[in-house]
Amino acid sequence: MIWNWEFVWAEALPPLLKVVHITVLATLYGFAIAAVLGLLLALLRRAPVRLVSWPVVGFIEYVRSTPLLIQIYIVYFGLLPALDLDPTPFFAGVLALGIHFSTYTSEVYRAGIESVPRGQWEAATALNFRLTQKMFRVILPQAIPPVIPALGNYLVAMFKETPLLAAIGVLELLLTAKNTGSYTFRYIEPFTIVGVFFLIMSIVASLGILRLEDWLKQRRPG
Amino acid sequence: MREDVSLLVFARELLLAAPVTIEITLGAAVLAFAMSILFGLARLSRIWLVRALARIYVEFFRGSSALVQLFWLFYVLPHFGILLEPITVGIVGLGLNAGAYGAEIVRGAVIAVDRGQYEAATALNFSRSRTMIRIILPQALVAMMPPFGNLFIELLKGTALVSLITITDITFRAAQLNVFTLQSMEIFSVAINVYLVLALAIIFFMRSMERRLGRGLGRVGGVS
Repeated sequence: MIWNWEFVWAEALPPLLKVVHITVLATLYGFAIAAVLGLLLALLRRAPVRLVSWPVVGFIEYVRSTPLLIQIYIVYFGLLPALDLDPTPFFAGVLALGIHFSTYTSEVYRAGIESVPRGQWEAATALNFRLTQKMFRVILPQAIPPVIPALGNYLVAMFKETPLLAAIGVLELLLTAKNTGSYTFRYIEPFTIVGVFFLIMSIVASLGILRLEDWLKQRRPG
Repeated sequence: MREDVSLLVFARELLLAAPVTIEITLGAAVLAFAMSILFGLARLSRIWLVRALARIYVEFFRGSSALVQLFWLFYVLPHFGILLEPITVGIVGLGLNAGAYGAEIVRGAVIAVDRGQYEAATALNFSRSRTMIRIILPQALVAMMPPFGNLFIELLKGTALVSLITITDITFRAAQLNVFTLQSMEIFSVAINVYLVLALAIIFFMRSMERRLGRGLGRVGGVS
């Protein structure tokens, strides 16, 4: 028999259970960075000064068009050491994930901000709100809730990219599975378990996002 | 004291590895396009079994991580006696993965074609397959081009993963040079710009495809 359950319980599964939190934490920390930095990029992109908005657009397009793996290497081997920091692979990996996906979330925020009706801006101007007040008290509270499902999709996408951290030696699920395989010479169980874990998690999360979407639609007046 | 190697040397070394990246990108793109059309249409089949199989393919390859899929193909297939060249594993793995995303693009684009087009084809007594091939797909194809362009870029970015299954692509060479010279910032900056140039080439190619396909439909300049 190809699949060996005894091997699963004794050798393949226990080390994976010990590191599953690394994958989960990398996703959550990475997404926290992407959510905050993405909003910042979306706001800077709207800056009336081209000296600000153009480099931001350039940065977004640049990061979106180039491989995450190279960006992870740049942050880990190049950027952080150049800043005289001695990063752990986990920290560097999470930072790279966050920066990469912030360029995607910034587009989501942008769509949200642009979908707020003009009248809301005009009303805020009529009430003599300052720019920051307009943005944070009037526009963003209306712009962000409808785009939460779209942000959720990038959370799932980022989760599926966390195995790339294995490339800089973060002992997450994939690297742990590979290590188990390399000293037991059985790869099928560890890699299949990891694949199934990603599959179940992302399908459950996608279903959750769909329900959230429905809920948000019902909540909206009109 | 390390010996500084110039950026030009890095650029030359990495460009020598570019054909591998290009080969995998194009190979996987062709496979992904075929899978997209096949499974995108299968998702709309009248036979539930075909729909179910297509759904499983799409959910499976979109749901489990691309790198996990590559590792599985690379390390597990030999256990079944299937020995593939690493480069074949790269093309097949990335192609199947991108194809699952592409199938959803095809499905969406076909659904989006106006109902009147089906009705007109029925009125002209076109068969179902002829309606699809002659009437629906040519119009859907125009709508598919922008999202396919994005998918193409994602595919190019994804090829960097093959460096982790021993294929000597741009990323592999960059990581190797990094170990030899420790000039990390220089090497990876050159590497990322090589990818940027390739991405720009894809963008220009897709733009011209959009224009060409849009021409016959009275939408000169493609869909906006």
